[in-house]
Amino acid sequence: MNLLRGRAHRFGDNINTDYIISGKYKFKTLDINEMAKHVMEDLRPGFYNEIEHGDFIVAGRNFGCGSSREQAPLVLQAAGIGAVIAESFARVFYRNCINVGLPVLECDTSSVEDGDELQVDLRKGLIRIVAKGTIIKAKPLPAVMVRILEDGGLVEHFRKHGGFKINEEG
Amino acid sequence: MGTISENIISNHIGAQVEAGDIVVVPVDFIMSQDGTTALTMQAFEKMGGKSIYAPDRYAIIIDHNAPSPVEGVSNIHKEMRRFASQHGTILYDVGEGVCHQLMPEKGHALPGSIIIGADSHTCTYGALNAFATGMGSTDVAAALISGKTWLKVPSTIKLIYNGILQSGVFSKDVALHMVGSLTADGATYKALEIYGEIIDALSVEARMTIANMAVETGAKVGLMRCDEKVVDYLRGRTSEMIKGVDATDDAVYEKVIKEDLSKLPPQVAKPHQVDQVVPVDDVIGIEIDEVFIGTCTNGRLEDLRIAARIFDGKKVAKRTRLIVAPASREIYLKALEEGILAKIVKAGGVIITPGCGPCVGTGGGIPADNENVLSTANRNFKGRMGNSKAFIYLASPATAAYSAINGVISDPREVFQ
Ligand code: SF4
Repeated sequence: MNLLRGRAHRFGDNINTDYIISGKYKFKTLDINEMAKHVMEDLRPGFYNEIEHGDFIVAGRNFGCGSSREQAPLVLQAAGIGAVIAESFARVFYRNCINVGLPVLECDTSSVEDGDELQVDLRKGLIRIVAKGTIIKAKPLPAVMVRILEDGGLVEHFRKHGGFKINEEG
Repeated sequence: MGTISENIISNHIGAQVEAGDIVVVPVDFIMSQDGTTALTMQAFEKMGGKSIYAPDRYAIIIDHNAPSPVEGVSNIHKEMRRFASQHGTILYDVGEGVCHQLMPEKGHALPGSIIIGADSHTCTYGALNAFATGMGSTDVAAALISGKTWLKVPSTIKLIYNGILQSGVFSKDVALHMVGSLTADGATYKALEIYGEIIDALSVEARMTIANMAVETGAKVGLMRCDEKVVDYLRGRTSEMIKGVDATDDAVYEKVIKEDLSKLPPQVAKPHQVDQVVPVDDVIGIEIDEVFIGTCTNGRLEDLRIAARIFDGKKVAKRTRLIVAPASREIYLKALEEGILAKIVKAGGVIITPGCGPCVGTGGGIPADNENVLSTANRNFKGRMGNSKAFIYLASPATAAYSAINGVISDPREVFQ
């Protein structure tokens, strides 16, 4: 579960949630799988068909900026993306990913190229570029987020604890 | 003792916090709109939610796609109405206005309070000294059930804008300048506190334009002081005691940026990034096919007044379409009574339902391929208005109105001599 493997799809800086899923689809349907077909289509038409289950999105700075739409991480998840790896994330997107259970890793992504085969150890926060053997270390998640992610997202966290249970470890 | 953010959060949990602390805080008000409520309701049910913690402190707002253009949306709206009536929450239906105008206007956004909204521009209420921030639907559902949310107390960048703005230069130009100079991720995870002679001189509405765009720098909140103007604005809108929260003298800031904006020219953000901000001179003469005046950034009464003043007795250029969306029913009515709308309509403009309008590309006003749009909104991302082959420029209502008349981007200082 904690070891992921897949190909990298490279994107640049400031990839906003409108690019991930355009607002026009968010309003048309409640069906996330249907929306997923349009993932990133304004930037890369046909991207949905390029994704193999478990692939990664690898991006530059400020990934997920813009609207607070939770459809953005849900659509990435439904499209088969196993984790998003970026130099930095916009805060609401980052939070939303954890809440819906989509892993996010913050690290220097400059050495990852489009199509690189990656192996990701979520627990240790390590990313290995298989062909080159390079290992990249990601920033650790804040403890609250680890807690929520381990419960399987905020919905499961609430079902389990009946409310927030994040502070007792201090 | 600390920044506005630290002090508001400390007041809420009864203990002193500082930047970096992670805390669970009580929430004073919650908002969601028709693009985010469907997922909020789903998450609420999946979490086992039975009732809403404080239904009189939750507003559901139908503004993003109103009136509904397709049946899928109509069904979402219907569900929202059912959820609101089942739980006894506040509902603002089609035509009441944009969420971020209604929250202050209806007295829900109060100084010193903590507000979360399932919309990124919830930070608008920072102009009223509220610690208000956007979150996703699941976070909002969690707050609906528990009355609480978790937060990382942000560190703060302090901005001080001094001087006197030139005539023809407005709060939107200050907002664009702020985003251009901080850049799109310059304040990610952080709070902004915005001060200075320029802010003091602006109306509360004009301040909202600036706080609204705080999120375009990545910031969690864009806070201002609660002064007499804020108290006046809220008079008659709320019966609650108004008490602002200030930063203390010993507050620690990550950075302090002090500028004199007396010479700031009108600003324009170029496609396709909000922080591609240039002085109007750099883009003068670019042909414009559609002008949109409205949104939670600039659809307020004073914005429409400025536009009407420019349109008075003039005609919109042949090549240009003009669409105007008042930000709320209250604004619509006042603009009607003041004769503002008549001037806009006579000039060739189209007035549409108070709400988000073409801002997010969900209804009317979608531009054609290769068209240029000049909008008073806060985002110009590729595809934002429904067509990824169009180009969106952002500017003040004055720049937008004057450019509509000329059919090309123009410097509004020419009409404000
Ligand atoms: S007007 Fe535009 S930016 Fe404002 S809430 Fe509506 S869609 Fe969002």
